[in-house]
Amino acid sequence: MSKAFEMFSSSIGRKFVMSLTGLFLITYLVIHLAINLLSLVDAHLFNEASHFMGTNWFIQAMQYVLALGFIFHIVQGIALARSNAKARPQKYALDKPSTNSSFSSRSMIITGLLVLLFLVLHLRDYFWELKFDDMNGHATDFDLVVALFANPLYTGLYVFSFIMLGIHLNHGFQSAFQSVGVNHPKYTPGIKKFGVIYCVIVSAGFSLIALVHYFNSL
Amino acid sequence: MNLTLKIWRQKNTTSQGKMVEYKVNNISEDMSFLEMMDILNEELIVKGDDPIAFDHDCREGICGMCSLYINGEAHGPDRGITTCQLHMRKFKDGDTIYIEPWRAKAFPVIKDLVVDRTSFERIMASGGFISVNTSGNTQDANNIPIPKDDADEAFDAATCIGCGACVATCKNSSAMLFVSAKVSQLALLPQGKLERERRVLNMVDQMDKEGFGNCTNTGACEVECPKGISLSNIARMNREYLRASLVKKD
Repeated sequence: MSKAFEMFSSSIGRKFVMSLTGLFLITYLVIHLAINLLSLVDAHLFNEASHFMGTNWFIQAMQYVLALGFIFHIVQGIALARSNAKARPQKYALDKPSTNSSFSSRSMIITGLLVLLFLVLHLRDYFWELKFDDMNGHATDFDLVVALFANPLYTGLYVFSFIMLGIHLNHGFQSAFQSVGVNHPKYTPGIKKFGVIYCVIVSAGFSLIALVHYFNSL
Repeated sequence: MNLTLKIWRQKNTTSQGKMVEYKVNNISEDMSFLEMMDILNEELIVKGDDPIAFDHDCREGICGMCSLYINGEAHGPDRGITTCQLHMRKFKDGDTIYIEPWRAKAFPVIKDLVVDRTSFERIMASGGFISVNTSGNTQDANNIPIPKDDADEAFDAATCIGCGACVATCKNSSAMLFVSAKVSQLALLPQGKLERERRVLNMVDQMDKEGFGNCTNTGACEVECPKGISLSNIARMNREYLRASLVKKD
């Protein structure tokens, strides 16, 4: 590896990768949520926004950056979890991790993998249909959304995934700052509080959209 | 009080170990945990059995030798203490207590509850020092002005006794809290500035080579640390590492 990128192969360098891609994905989720919320306000407005996202040159270019962000975060996350598991070949007969750390901080790989499974389903049903297929025969993007969330099982799966995402973000948000060295007695308590508010808004916001469309379909 | 103990027994580094059950009776609640272990060992010796090997030295919480993962927690069910400072009053009559060695690939078991922590020594040797002339003509430390806040933070980091509880309790067996305390202690002081870049790069490199896991910021280490070393040291090491990686010329 080139000397300039050497640091990214070390334990701390790999944390930087997780942190920076994580912060990028955290920002992306805000944009995604804002556009989806439009589907609760007005069908036409949502279709317009969706059309803009699908055609604007900047957004189209950013799509590739986003894909790279996801790939780096996922591949590095799985690689780190594997090497961390190897660092303790013999487990404890009795261990009480809940006495000193949060559930969300200990389950990042599990919540992360569940969100990854959701992502596969989500890309298949939306990204693929909107970009490369016939949107299951629906006339507008809004119609596709309404049709998919009419299924209670599908809606339930989405809400479950958003809860997993929320748990993942609960630790991920504040952890991303710590990993790049942002830890300060004046700012860190605020970052932690904002992280909790952020993960609740993202998790509840996306869930609300799925649930409202489901109940509207009844 | 009467207790049931489940203790890890292992002949040597290469042999297969297992949990073995022992009973101890008439234990006083005023005893320290290690005194309870001494009583068990005396009974084992009288019976002609092999006593249980465990690390200990000062028995006053300053050397960092005593380890032990007791009932699923490093140094047992109390905060800010080492095992020698743990008292039997923290347990109840009839309790079952699990006693295990620190578990990490970088801390192989030598015998029973004794683990090899020389991986910490090798990390220190790779950069945890300052190069100064100590042949009798050293400068008076008070000649170098140091801001009080920096001195306090450096001192807090320097209280790390290198016991390894951070590694033992971390779900990833990461040594980041230990290494960051040592990096911080020297990086905060003018005497440590000269080797600032080299130090953090070499120590992190050695830490990775020893087979410790990566930090995922669970914060368990900070909770279990007998000396209350703060996670802010890990953030400082991350900053130091980033800075050193960017400014180094080779």
